[in-house]
Amino acid sequence: MARIVGAITTSHVPAIGRAIARNLHQDAYWKPFFDGFPPVHRWLAQTRPDVAVIFYNDHGLNFFLDKMPTFAIGAAPQYRNADEGWGIPTLPPIPGDPRLSWHLIEALVAGDFDMTTCQEMLVDHAFTIPLALLWPGSGAWPVRTVPVCINTVQYPLPSALRCYRLGQAIGRAIESYPEDLRVVVIGTGGLSHQLDGERAGFINKAFDTEFMQRLPGDPLWATRYSVPELAELTGTQGVELLMWLAARGALGGEAATLHSNYHIPISNTAAGLMLMERRAA
Amino acid sequence: MRRQLPDIPGTTLFDGAQAMKGYALNKMCYSFNSAENREAFLRDEDAYCARYGLNAGQREAVRRRNVLEMIAAGGNVYYLAKLAGILGLDVQDLGAQQTGMTRDAFVAKLAAAGR
Repeated sequence: MARIVGAITTSHVPAIGRAIARNLHQDAYWKPFFDGFPPVHRWLAQTRPDVAVIFYNDHGLNFFLDKMPTFAIGAAPQYRNADEGWGIPTLPPIPGDPRLSWHLIEALVAGDFDMTTCQEMLVDHAFTIPLALLWPGSGAWPVRTVPVCINTVQYPLPSALRCYRLGQAIGRAIESYPEDLRVVVIGTGGLSHQLDGERAGFINKAFDTEFMQRLPGDPLWATRYSVPELAELTGTQGVELLMWLAARGALGGEAATLHSNYHIPISNTAAGLMLMERRAA
Repeated sequence: MRRQLPDIPGTTLFDGAQAMKGYALNKMCYSFNSAENREAFLRDEDAYCARYGLNAGQREAVRRRNVLEMIAAGGNVYYLAKLAGILGLDVQDLGAQQTGMTRDAFVAKLAAAGR
């Protein structure tokens, strides 16, 4: 049977893509951010996941306002990255796992999560930057992937509780998959930041800190807030923490933090990183 | 029925009303995923905006490179970022412009949030 080996949550700021391309890891601005990753690299080298199920939000690469799914899932043999208009390097195609995708789709729709299914899906920086951070310089990607895209572009957004429960449903579906696979679940985005409006530059260290502390043992804490309340607390793009909640839901059960990092600022963003494993209750 | 969104100072949540109002502007910005379209915009901005049917307010906001006006006209920051890319503006430039700060002051404000 497939098994979830852990959950990783990380920010996906586009500027990271530029910093990787320019090899700025030891630059004073970037070092506190990139220095968070080696412990996660060591964990990945030990656990060697076969598949990554990745919760992310599209920023206007694959989806436009003509058709905007609340929850979408990839079911493609591979996913292509493409030009997003502002010039970060495009990464090579990422392999999919369509058989696992369809297993998840069957289980999710049977469980009342009516997913939009995508046999072609361009993946943007929110999907590719975390891969580049987690498996640096690998050239060929060492994992197959299943992208799960959650709308954070157009309100109404799904609630924090709904995203958490989507994650739980995906976690259960993964663990009912008959193939012996090691699966890592990844949530990308956040933490607090706001790009738009007179309130641009808003960052909330106190909220982020509590969110990261609560996520392993008390993930429902954040679900007490409506999404607009989360926008007020974390900034308009801070609501990307919905991806973290979904990944935490997928991990399931009791969990513990093995490693975390938090740094302000990366571009306009409070950058967070967590590695969680399930802990026997 | 539309749920009333809370009034967050200096913030416009992009709901159905904004999405309808800004459709043409956002659709134009979405087209900037293509290098060919970015070049076409730079070659003849008037013709490109006309092709996407921007209304007078949207056209003027783009002409003035004014992000707050683009948001007021229904622009969504994820799409507007692609226009900003053409204009050589990054998110610190956008933040500075929208808050009326210098770029240096805006960058300092971000750093101060970490202390």
